[in-house]
Amino acid sequence: MTFLRAIGLLLLLFATSGASAQSNETALRETIADLSSVKNFRETEEIVRSLGATGDPVVGRVLNALSDGNVSFRKSDNVVFIVSERAGRAKLFDPISGDEVGEATTTELTKVKVNNGLRRSIREVFATLTLGSPNPAVRQQAADTMFISPDPAAIEGLDAAIAKEDVASVKQRMVQARAAAVLASDLPEADKLAAIEVIGARGDRSALSLLVSYQGRSEGALREAAASAASGIESTIAVWNAAQNVWYGISLGSVLLLAAIGLAITFGVMGVINMAHGEMVMIGAYTTFVVQNIIRTSYPGLFDYSLAIALPLAFLVAGFVGLVMERGLIRFLYGRPLETLLATWGVSLVLQQLVRTMFGPTNREVGNPSWMSGSFQLGEMAITWNRLWIVVFSLAVFALLLYIFNRTAWGLQMRAVTANRRMAASMGIRTPWVDAFTFALGSGIAGIAGVALSQVDNVSPDLGQGYIIDSFMVVVFGGVGNLWGTLVGAMSLGILNKFLEPYAGAVLGKILVLVLIILFIQKRPRGLFALKGRAVEA
Amino acid sequence: MSKSGTILYLDGVSVSFDGFRAINNLSLVLDRGEMRAIIGPNGAGKTTMMDIVTGKTKPDSGEVYFNGEIDLTRHDEADIAMMGIGRKFQKPTVFESHTVEDNLMLSLKGPRSIFPALFHRKTADEVRRIDDILGIIRLGDKRHMLGANLSHGQKQWLEIGMLLAQDPKLLLVDEPVAGMTDAETEETARLLKDIAKTHSVIVVEHDMHFVRELGVKVTCLHEGSVLSEGTLDFVSADDRVVEVYLGR
Amino acid sequence: MITRRFFANGADRRIFITIGLLLGVAVLVPILNIALPPDSAFHVPSYMVALVGKYLCFALLALALDLVWGYCGILSLGHGAFFALGGYAMGMYLMRQIGDRGVYGNPILPDFMVFLNWKELPWFWYGFDQFWFAVIMVMLVPGLLAFIFGWFAFRSRVTGVYLSIITQAMTYALLLAFFRNDMGFGGNNGLTDFKDILGFNVQANTTRSAIFAASAVALALGVFITWAIINSKYGKLLIAVRDAESRTRFIGWRPENVKLFAFTVSAVMAGIAGALYVPQVGIINPGEFAPANSIEVVIWTAVGGRGTIVGPIVGALLVNAGKSWFTGVLPEYWLFALGGLFIATTLFLPRGVIGMWDHWMATYRERKAAALPPSAGTPAATTPQQREWQASATGGAPEPQPAE
Repeated sequence: MTFLRAIGLLLLLFATSGASAQSNETALRETIADLSSVKNFRETEEIVRSLGATGDPVVGRVLNALSDGNVSFRKSDNVVFIVSERAGRAKLFDPISGDEVGEATTTELTKVKVNNGLRRSIREVFATLTLGSPNPAVRQQAADTMFISPDPAAIEGLDAAIAKEDVASVKQRMVQARAAAVLASDLPEADKLAAIEVIGARGDRSALSLLVSYQGRSEGALREAAASAASGIESTIAVWNAAQNVWYGISLGSVLLLAAIGLAITFGVMGVINMAHGEMVMIGAYTTFVVQNIIRTSYPGLFDYSLAIALPLAFLVAGFVGLVMERGLIRFLYGRPLETLLATWGVSLVLQQLVRTMFGPTNREVGNPSWMSGSFQLGEMAITWNRLWIVVFSLAVFALLLYIFNRTAWGLQMRAVTANRRMAASMGIRTPWVDAFTFALGSGIAGIAGVALSQVDNVSPDLGQGYIIDSFMVVVFGGVGNLWGTLVGAMSLGILNKFLEPYAGAVLGKILVLVLIILFIQKRPRGLFALKGRAVEA
Repeated sequence: MSKSGTILYLDGVSVSFDGFRAINNLSLVLDRGEMRAIIGPNGAGKTTMMDIVTGKTKPDSGEVYFNGEIDLTRHDEADIAMMGIGRKFQKPTVFESHTVEDNLMLSLKGPRSIFPALFHRKTADEVRRIDDILGIIRLGDKRHMLGANLSHGQKQWLEIGMLLAQDPKLLLVDEPVAGMTDAETEETARLLKDIAKTHSVIVVEHDMHFVRELGVKVTCLHEGSVLSEGTLDFVSADDRVVEVYLGR
Repeated sequence: MITRRFFANGADRRIFITIGLLLGVAVLVPILNIALPPDSAFHVPSYMVALVGKYLCFALLALALDLVWGYCGILSLGHGAFFALGGYAMGMYLMRQIGDRGVYGNPILPDFMVFLNWKELPWFWYGFDQFWFAVIMVMLVPGLLAFIFGWFAFRSRVTGVYLSIITQAMTYALLLAFFRNDMGFGGNNGLTDFKDILGFNVQANTTRSAIFAASAVALALGVFITWAIINSKYGKLLIAVRDAESRTRFIGWRPENVKLFAFTVSAVMAGIAGALYVPQVGIINPGEFAPANSIEVVIWTAVGGRGTIVGPIVGALLVNAGKSWFTGVLPEYWLFALGGLFIATTLFLPRGVIGMWDHWMATYRERKAAALPPSAGTPAATTPQQREWQASATGGAPEPQPAE
């Protein structure tokens, strides 16, 4: 309890550091110095109350120490210190700043005595001190701390604070903290039932653990009420857990979408199985690495823009490699999909080894810009910024591709070539160029996927290998010839994976997904969104 | 309509792909031993109709009966082929890596399971059957030639020969004379008329001269249903047929 | 006609020469290894026996793949899985043979189970103390997996690249599964530290030579069985399914059954190859399931020539000898070489070494024949596959086809 209180105090100190308190530091010091001349507990209590009356959070330190019996004064000059004793020696700390100011033997010091009555007064003062803070965040923090470590003695202070509180959300927390304290008190059953209701309405994990532990030490109606409130919270939490899983699933799905969508384009439009697609992703990730390296050494101020700079570069680099591949290799293999598969596998081996030779076999450090680090809380789920940005980014890429396909002249040409190559050619569309640029587009998209993936995965020469099978599964599952299929495929596989994980474990979950896809293909050999053909000789 | 005495009986058959109605309430009856020519513009549903009869496509609704008693919608391609319906594709499809003889040998009527095929030895009877068919399809001297090296017309004949080897009751022949010379076309017409003496046959063809040479009842399909049916003269006099297919 | 008969006879003769060679090697190499003193010029060093023995197992694996890819057009990217399963079955037998000589001295449980604090043997380890049981499992497990997988895949008419991708997913799933400790197959480390096989020390020269001989004989047997299958009516059907699947369906065959049989036989062959491989290298671990391994098998087959029986054997020997040389001399360049091989083979040598040779010989003979009687201007023998190859060789512009 002391420990938790100390944490609360620390937070409080952070929140109010450098506040107006400094002006009356001298007055504080004088009041504290009086501790060396107290005759009895009543006098000590008066000092405590007058310290609390200052409303300055800085007095928390000395009050805390006093409650723990760690305040002494030096016999020689009656200066009061917070002490930390060990084997006859004591370290001396300033009671206000907390800085270490010297050492003494225990015999040179006299302890300021405390008893339980005094301790209770100290706690009360404490509560009003933090609950009365001008900063609502501090008040809320204090209420939450008191909720986690309820103390019947604090009810009074809480009541006072609740009456004064005018921020509704903080007030609610205080009411909850009071309810927790009521449960710990010996108040009548009706009060406790009301308290259980309040705690049950809070609905988070700490409320649950409070209720569960209370359920263990209560009986009768109270026990039942606690149990039903706990199960109510459990179901709320289950919903949040499901939401969290969906979020993880969407996050994984967006990664899959990024990795697979370029593949869906090349496979859908050209029927080309590009086994080196994963390496295009890797190239994108290494482009990010190089860009960040240059920025770190030459223009450190631009670091937050490194990804924005890397995106077009990665698109161009990977797209160029794709273009070279298509013109130099794949166009000779059209109509022979199995051979294309083998040749592009060969390319993937060469690219991997090339990167390994240039950058070394180990993981490379790619940093997160500040706007992509950290996380925030949404209800009971934690959402990291980098995941959120990747979801947003993948959807943006998807929308862009949808636009290119459905609204631009180039997209029209691609669709025409997909539908009927010969007819498109005789209408004057340069089909070889459409092929080449479609392939370059697919590769370039893989490159920018690499920029995004560099934020959540290790950048190593094997980066692409880890995604290739998953991406193929997405494309096969979603069906080709329709970008929506890829979106639905990626998201449903991502979410399915994350829902299986808690029950089956990560590896087994993945295996299950693979098996499910293999079974799914039995039912719909051409995927979820396949176009139905009616050609008989196929 | 009574099913008895018919070799093929389609009633009220419909099928659609992604909202497109390829076959729309189609009814068609073929008597035993009859040869029928089917004409119609592209997309009229001729090939889809064959898909339905041979079990490749399941109809959304309607009845398809073979021999008056067997519901074809309950069987798959291999079953239907074994019942005695042979089908020639629009694009001639033979086993190009095999000789003409092996092509026929693989098509000969007989058990269709793996282990008999594994331990199969050619019998004198089979050799005689192959010789017969080679005679019928005019490929007697090409016996050892690879399928790939046949001319387009010869491939068409070989494919018809493969159907005959199955000893079918009904043959579905899709555009047998596409890409043939005039001489080959005439020869094919004779060939089909020979076959029609002992089999029921449906021929899909665009070549009106060839249809006339066959001299059989004609059905014209349009947008998935029967537009007109009768002798060629009757059908080609029908204004609607002229409108959608023959042209003025 | 004459050409064809000569050609067929030539092919048959080649098969019998191969089988003879393999049987000869099976006898000769062990003799040269054991009977001759190490300083003799004809002595075959033990490391060489182990190395070539390994290659022979790979050759059998490549031959198995050729049966389905070369003759039936099924590009399996998961044959490494069948190989590894056969290897694990053999490895389990070898583990049980260790008995109480393991580090922990448990007479029943293999070391890794003791280490994981397992109390009793999992049910699927029962019976593996018997050699005959292990031998049955070596064939049954890969065969059964192939049968079940193929039954699902072929029945629903999954073909082409889709099939390739799901075979790859299959081996990937097995890779993940075997990496798990609680699967009961030694997890990450796999099975190793073998002691005896049939009561003989696996490390001993004589045992190694015997396993070498067994590998050569198994390969010879594989060649014979493949040859017998290909030359039966079923074999012709197999090729027919490769060239025109729907045609076979519409004359009453069930292509799914045709493929299923070949796929299962092929998986059993791969399993046997794996079982012979494991005692020679002394370890089996989940790495054998890696998709990259399975694709490498494809390139052995492609280099030698798919659709020929000798081709995959030649390919497996050549590529693996190359790999051994590279990893010894220029280890960092091996992946460049392998990658280049994939590209070069598909672009310039689609028929592989043996296929190319046959093609040259056929062209040569045809020219000679054509030169004699001017009337015999029969067109060059072309199959659809060959035409495709010619198109690519002459730089014709083949067209991409969107996936269906």
